[in-house]
Amino acid sequence: MSAATKAIEAGHIWTFPGGIHPPERKDRSNTTPIEVLPLAKQFIVPIKQHSGPVGDLLVAVGDNVKAGQPLTQVGINNALPVHAPTSGTVSAIGPGRIAHPSGLTATVITIDADGNDEFYSFTPLADYTTLSRAELLDCIRQAGVAGLGGAGFPTAQKLALQRPLDYLIINGVECEPYISADDRLMREHAQTIIDGTEILLHIAGCEKALIAIEANKPEAIAAFEALLPNYPQLALRVVPTKYPSGGEKQLIQLLTGRQVPSRGLPIDVGLVMQNVGTAFAVAQAVLNGKPLIERVVTVTGDNIAKPGNYWVRIGTTVAELLNQCGFNPVADSKQEQRVIMGGPMMGFTLPDLDVPVVKITNCILVPSNQELAPAAEEMNCIRCGACADVCPAQLLPQQMQWLAKAKDYDGLEQQNLFDCIECGACAYVCPSEIPLVHYYRKAKAEIRNIAREKAKAEVARERFEARQERLEREKQERLERHRKAAEARKKAQAEAVAQGGDNPQDAVQAAIARAKARKAAQAAAAAKQNQEGDDE
Amino acid sequence: MTVVTALIVLGVLALAFGLVLGFAAVRFRVESDPIVDQIDALLPQTQCGQCGYPGCRPYAEAIANGDEINKCPPGGQATINALADLMGVEAKPLDSAHGEEDVKKVAVIREDECIGCTKCIQACPVDAILGAAKQMHTVIAHECTGCDLCVEPCPVDCIDMVPVPVRPDNWQWDLQQIPVKNVESSH
Repeated sequence: MSAATKAIEAGHIWTFPGGIHPPERKDRSNTTPIEVLPLAKQFIVPIKQHSGPVGDLLVAVGDNVKAGQPLTQVGINNALPVHAPTSGTVSAIGPGRIAHPSGLTATVITIDADGNDEFYSFTPLADYTTLSRAELLDCIRQAGVAGLGGAGFPTAQKLALQRPLDYLIINGVECEPYISADDRLMREHAQTIIDGTEILLHIAGCEKALIAIEANKPEAIAAFEALLPNYPQLALRVVPTKYPSGGEKQLIQLLTGRQVPSRGLPIDVGLVMQNVGTAFAVAQAVLNGKPLIERVVTVTGDNIAKPGNYWVRIGTTVAELLNQCGFNPVADSKQEQRVIMGGPMMGFTLPDLDVPVVKITNCILVPSNQELAPAAEEMNCIRCGACADVCPAQLLPQQMQWLAKAKDYDGLEQQNLFDCIECGACAYVCPSEIPLVHYYRKAKAEIRNIAREKAKAEVARERFEARQERLEREKQERLERHRKAAEARKKAQAEAVAQGGDNPQDAVQAAIARAKARKAAQAAAAAKQNQEGDDE
Repeated sequence: MTVVTALIVLGVLALAFGLVLGFAAVRFRVESDPIVDQIDALLPQTQCGQCGYPGCRPYAEAIANGDEINKCPPGGQATINALADLMGVEAKPLDSAHGEEDVKKVAVIREDECIGCTKCIQACPVDAILGAAKQMHTVIAHECTGCDLCVEPCPVDCIDMVPVPVRPDNWQWDLQQIPVKNVESSH
């Protein structure tokens, strides 16, 4: 065992560069148990709630569905299905506003709840330890489990990468201020999370898991400490409170001292990471056969009367959720109430409150203007360098901001823009209130777009060349055909002549001779007439 | 005598170096992109012919032979700048005689009006229209370059050029955040 591995085993906690300590404000929502809210009357289920292709529709308007019934299927493009959140009738399928910062629409399935909340019959797997990896991955995929930490990457796809693994890391850090959904889940469902972790270990073919929790969650730590002595393959790691220690690359650096290579994946350094919520969802899928149709959402902020954590069915609209929690929009008529999906650092302001809660929604934040000041006027960069000090990815935010404003995309790639995790630490410390992350996101979208256009142009060029080639080939073939036909004709004639038949060439010659004779006769007749005329 | 020695020595040296250089020229030949390929790679490959040449590659050949670099409306100023960089000439604004820079578009056939004449299929430079004689035609949207060449031949004018829709996955982050609309709480 190498020294580094020994240090990991001994529970050494490394550190990562930069990071900030914003006010946590988690105590508003983490003191009460997770509550179950009354069912909404209508649910809006977007068919794409994860990263990757969308599934094919399985239902039509007017169909009756039961809770947990798949609405889309895996299909040929290996998509992630979505499920009905409750029993009811499909009332519409079509474009609808989704929870996306653009406020654009995507295909959504609207379900009118019948209020009975009847469940689809689930078939739990038999003892999972006897099942093959492929069967378990299929079960997780069919249950629609995506990474609940934020990115929504399909869990089965992440686990399907078959590479030797040193550790599975279960991420219970939840470092972003205000959010306490994972904290409450760990306190109340530590056993289920451990069961899920064991299943994940079994699928990944990995020996050991590290469960990471931030030091500001003593109750969750206690809940795991009480259970872990029975599980020698699981180890608890308490990481110091700092934002963004819950970032995948940052947490790996904290727990193992390893660095994920630029544009690489944790599996490149022998690790795989899953969120505690995902571990919980995997346990539900494998042990109970239950698909992912609800998640814990933190609803918090000064303008919420009943802040706390709630079990929310996927597809519940934000407006409905806020009404249940006592929503007091800001009274000032000049200032509209902001509603943020996600936390204050990485979340985005919702364009509209009729958008649904999706698999990756961990928090709805309704701040007053005192606690979270609205975006102020951007001022000039004073080159203080505070952003570079706090960047956890050791990038140069100030430099990247200049390049992004100048649209120098080559320069941005040289500055490793794509290593930016968009944590927002730079914008948080910026004394000039520059929305740095916005500039990076825009530049990233632009660079991706250019790459897409380039790939498309390449395809167009290939197709154009293929077409030119085809046209040329067809032309040659046509000429060849004509040539062959002419040859065959000549040959047939020659044969006919040889056999004593009429030579068409003779007929032509004869016709020419006849024409000539006629012309000569006409000329002679005319000459004669002229002569007669002269004689008179 | 010394003159002869000098001549022989120099001759032998010249021969030896000549051989070394000749060998190096063959052995270490650098396969560089011919300039036409490099220019072609910068052009947008819409094959629209707005430059006056039948496709992007012919225009690339023309540029290599000294034609102006500002005749490509689909590429716009970005392409002109890239071409100016490559050719070592001054970037200039787009020549409006060849058209204006426009948003990306895609051809859409109004299928119930299509009479199945196959004229658009023959016009499409990238084979992005599917159909057969007296059968309805349709555009393979993701292969369409928006070149406009199918619109003119259509005898029933059933082809529209529509801007490529913005979807969440090709959306460009807006620096101006969309303001939040207030939803009155209903209790």
